[in-house]
Amino acid sequence: MKKLKFSKQHVLFSVLFVSVMLLPFATDALLGRGWVRIVDFAMLYIMLALGLNIVVGYAGLLDLGYIAFFAVGAYCYALTGSPHLALAFPLLFPDGLHLSFWIVLPLAALLAGGFGALLGAPTLRLRGDYLAIVTLGFGEIIRIFMNNLNAPINLTNGPQGISRIDPVSVAGVALNTTQQVFGIELPSVHLYFYLFLSFTALVVFVSRRLEKSRIGRAWMAIREDEIAASAMGINTRNLKLLAFAMGAAFGGVSGTLFAGFQGFVSPESFSLMESVMVLCMVVLGGMGNIYGVILGGLLLALLPEVLRHSVVPLQQALFGRIVIDPESLRMLLFGTALIAVMLYRPAGLWPSGVRRRELESDEVAP
Amino acid sequence: MEIFLQQIINGLVQGSVYALVALGYTMVYGILGLINFAHGEVVMAGAMLALSALTAMIGWGAPPLLALPVSLLFAMAGCMLLGFGIERIAYRPLRHAPRLAPLITAIGVSIVLQNLAMMIWGREYHAFPQLISNHPHQIYGAIINDIQIIIVIMALLIMAALMGVVHRTRLGRSMRAVAENQHAAQLMGVDVNRVISITFMLGSALAAVAGLMVSANYGIAHYYMGFLLGLKAFTAAVLGGIGNLRGAMLGGLLLGLIESLGAGYIGDMTGGFMGSQYQDVFAFFVLIAVLVFRPSGLLGERLAERA
Amino acid sequence: MILRSAQLFCFAALVSLLAACDKTPSDQAAASADQVVRIGSVAPLTGPQAHLGKDNENGTRMAIEDANAKGIVIGGRRVHFELISEDDQADPKTATIVAQKLVDNKVSGVIGHLNSGTTIPASKIYSDNGIVQISPSATAVSYTRQGFKTAFRVMANDAQQGRALGEYAVKNLGAKKIAIIDDRTAYGQGLADEFIKAARAAGAEIVAHEYTSDKSVDFTSVLTAVKGRAPDLLFYGGMDAQGGPMARQIKALALNVKLMMGDGGYTPEFVKLAGAAAEGTYASLPGVPLDKMPGGQEFSARFVAKYQPIQLYAPYCYDAVNVMIAAMQKADSVEPAKYMPALANISHQGVTANIQFDDKGDLKGGAVTLYQVKQGKWQPLETVGAGQ
Repeated sequence: MKKLKFSKQHVLFSVLFVSVMLLPFATDALLGRGWVRIVDFAMLYIMLALGLNIVVGYAGLLDLGYIAFFAVGAYCYALTGSPHLALAFPLLFPDGLHLSFWIVLPLAALLAGGFGALLGAPTLRLRGDYLAIVTLGFGEIIRIFMNNLNAPINLTNGPQGISRIDPVSVAGVALNTTQQVFGIELPSVHLYFYLFLSFTALVVFVSRRLEKSRIGRAWMAIREDEIAASAMGINTRNLKLLAFAMGAAFGGVSGTLFAGFQGFVSPESFSLMESVMVLCMVVLGGMGNIYGVILGGLLLALLPEVLRHSVVPLQQALFGRIVIDPESLRMLLFGTALIAVMLYRPAGLWPSGVRRRELESDEVAP
Repeated sequence: MEIFLQQIINGLVQGSVYALVALGYTMVYGILGLINFAHGEVVMAGAMLALSALTAMIGWGAPPLLALPVSLLFAMAGCMLLGFGIERIAYRPLRHAPRLAPLITAIGVSIVLQNLAMMIWGREYHAFPQLISNHPHQIYGAIINDIQIIIVIMALLIMAALMGVVHRTRLGRSMRAVAENQHAAQLMGVDVNRVISITFMLGSALAAVAGLMVSANYGIAHYYMGFLLGLKAFTAAVLGGIGNLRGAMLGGLLLGLIESLGAGYIGDMTGGFMGSQYQDVFAFFVLIAVLVFRPSGLLGERLAERA
Repeated sequence: MILRSAQLFCFAALVSLLAACDKTPSDQAAASADQVVRIGSVAPLTGPQAHLGKDNENGTRMAIEDANAKGIVIGGRRVHFELISEDDQADPKTATIVAQKLVDNKVSGVIGHLNSGTTIPASKIYSDNGIVQISPSATAVSYTRQGFKTAFRVMANDAQQGRALGEYAVKNLGAKKIAIIDDRTAYGQGLADEFIKAARAAGAEIVAHEYTSDKSVDFTSVLTAVKGRAPDLLFYGGMDAQGGPMARQIKALALNVKLMMGDGGYTPEFVKLAGAAAEGTYASLPGVPLDKMPGGQEFSARFVAKYQPIQLYAPYCYDAVNVMIAAMQKADSVEPAKYMPALANISHQGVTANIQFDDKGDLKGGAVTLYQVKQGKWQPLETVGAGQ
């Protein structure tokens, strides 16, 4: 019996693996290359959502400024991987710094983690909505600094953003070019897909290990009842700080990848709405459940694009002409979908087991 | 000196607007423990409805002094209906759901309202007709005009009236009972659903007043105007202690003052290193500092539950 | 569990079905033997700048309809131009997604994007795929300094416009003490910085530099701070939606300054929002006044009849399409690689300017006209910087 189950899982896993590996080719052939890029961005969002899941889903700390860590990571690589520093320190770096992506990545994760702890420190006593507003403020503070640090020293180039960021290179191959592998043509978006896929897999792996570990269980204890958790001897202060730092580090990694992929960063990409979107992914998918969060990230990253591509043809098919302005209809449907999903599944599309049990047991608790 | 006084006046006017909107947030929060993220959009809807009614009535040749109160009533009625609908559709079914679920529906409602407004009123900015005189008054060299005085007085009056409703009437008693404990209130014969609906409608009516005030003061209305205003008002409500009516007022006025003084004097305080571009940073630093020492806001007593 | 996967599967199927709808781009209007040439238009059609984005789309659409009515023949075949309009939400990430979508749809050229912050990241994708991009409104200098052969613009950049404004403020208006407010967007900050350089070089003193945001409506506190420095001219780097209320608040605070803006202020919207306070405000617009250009008056009359009053950049979009089609006709090809050299060397009489590009793809000459609000209307004052 056990053996059978094992092999069944094996088959399922292999099928999943092969289909994910073939996904960019299938998407490219069926829907066009633009969709591969959309899927690439969806992977970045999944990474972000998984990072935020540590803070919100595991430790139960509502964070509305999460995109700040994404920004920290992105700007880390933008500064060190582009000619920009030549403007700020012409004597020190005449051509900019141009560090390798693989050196910047751990540094960016560390720095973002540090910022995460920095945010956590003054907010330890805050709960619920008070925490939400402080994290929101923190996110805005980071964005405002990035938007304004072009004077007195031109550090971030202000609202103009930093362009010409070096692409990510793997084993000497720059990923912004088309590569031939065994006669198969791999365009840049496909290469980035596999890069993002490996990082997403890594983040999933770390998340899973964390969830099952002592730390993960302690986080969930804090989420369920902070006072009881601390009475059980859990160091709530350190663990909350660790949750903020871990979540932030994931955000930083994702941001670094974003900067390399996009080749351009500007503060506009890190607005409050982005934080809200990532939070929606986590909650809508199912807080605390890795697979739910992945599902949420995938859905919310793809839905606007699916609607973008289908609103006009659908209207033409239904009415023979365009009745409602497609852009406003697209956002309208997106908003409606958010409401409908939450009404239909209040705990998220795919909630974690613990959450589900909670819901069933105390149906009436406020 | 007159510059300083002018900044205080600027802050008070701006703060009164925040306070008016913050009252709506805080009423809903006090009773349901829920951030009504769509409240900013209700303010926008109020401004837009008032604008449509005004334009129509002036088009029919109605005198401004009649058109203004009628369009205000129209906007209030429209917003009450909207508030009632929002609560019914997006919040009531989720009353016993996990705490973050209504937050997401609120964001959904906000997106829907924004885009509906864009469909109805178009993408362009609308000029709001100037009906109340903006005759300036000099106070020791600082200037305040009629409409600004009206805004400050209205905010104070509305808060006083609201306090009266909450503390003096039967409805207010039911509201406080529901805020304290929904189940106990139900057992005592309070119609919880009705009380919550009325709270939403009251908050939305206030939003309509705020929307009209904002538009009349700045002479502008746009389908996107609710977002930033809602955010600022929410900050103000938290600063004062969310769930507390006096707190919303205090938080609103304080936030307005902090912003205007910040914009005016950050440059001098930091020796020119930072300027008014950091005014929001300054405001958030003050907020964080307040919350570090008083984790539930300036006047908040009720400890917020976990997310 | 099985039920859940079934639900998931249904959803996935629905998603792919919806997505598949897109594989048939609407080519209903194309006559049988015509060659269909797609031209992309990208601008924010949702969000706070949607009114400008729609204006851009309309300008592009009108040019395309004009061209179709003319029945242009390229490479021996009649050409039917088709507009593919996309919404980039003024978001850099969405900009690259729609850019890739246009590339997939095999557009021959792109008119867009509206903002510098979206134009720059998208330009890389167009360049990688060899597709011509003409921005009607992105003014950041760095857009054409990336070394992309595909990037053009029919709008004076911040440096050209900021210089014209700064010199005019000091030399013609006699400003000595100037205060600056910028909205911290790529556009406002870029223009304000160039203005400051030019004004300083011309001998004026910058007495205050304050900041606001492109979503604010209350400027009283920064204006009060400006008042304390007693400037004689205030330059605002930003758009009409903020400029209008700002002009009102300047009057309300009895701040006695001349208000000056860039092209973001030269709109009927500004006059509408500022009301009586608009009177006397200065603004600039690249190019020569529309009604002084051949075909300009006719263009604006037709545009207003068809859509709504011109917001801002519609004439530039109209020109951008026409200059692109002119280059296609000259090269007798709709292939971007073939008509690109013709575009780089073109001289085309548009409604905003005689369009010629320099070696970077910027508009040559860069004439800038200054306007002032008189009796509730923008009136041209003087055209400067032409033929330099």
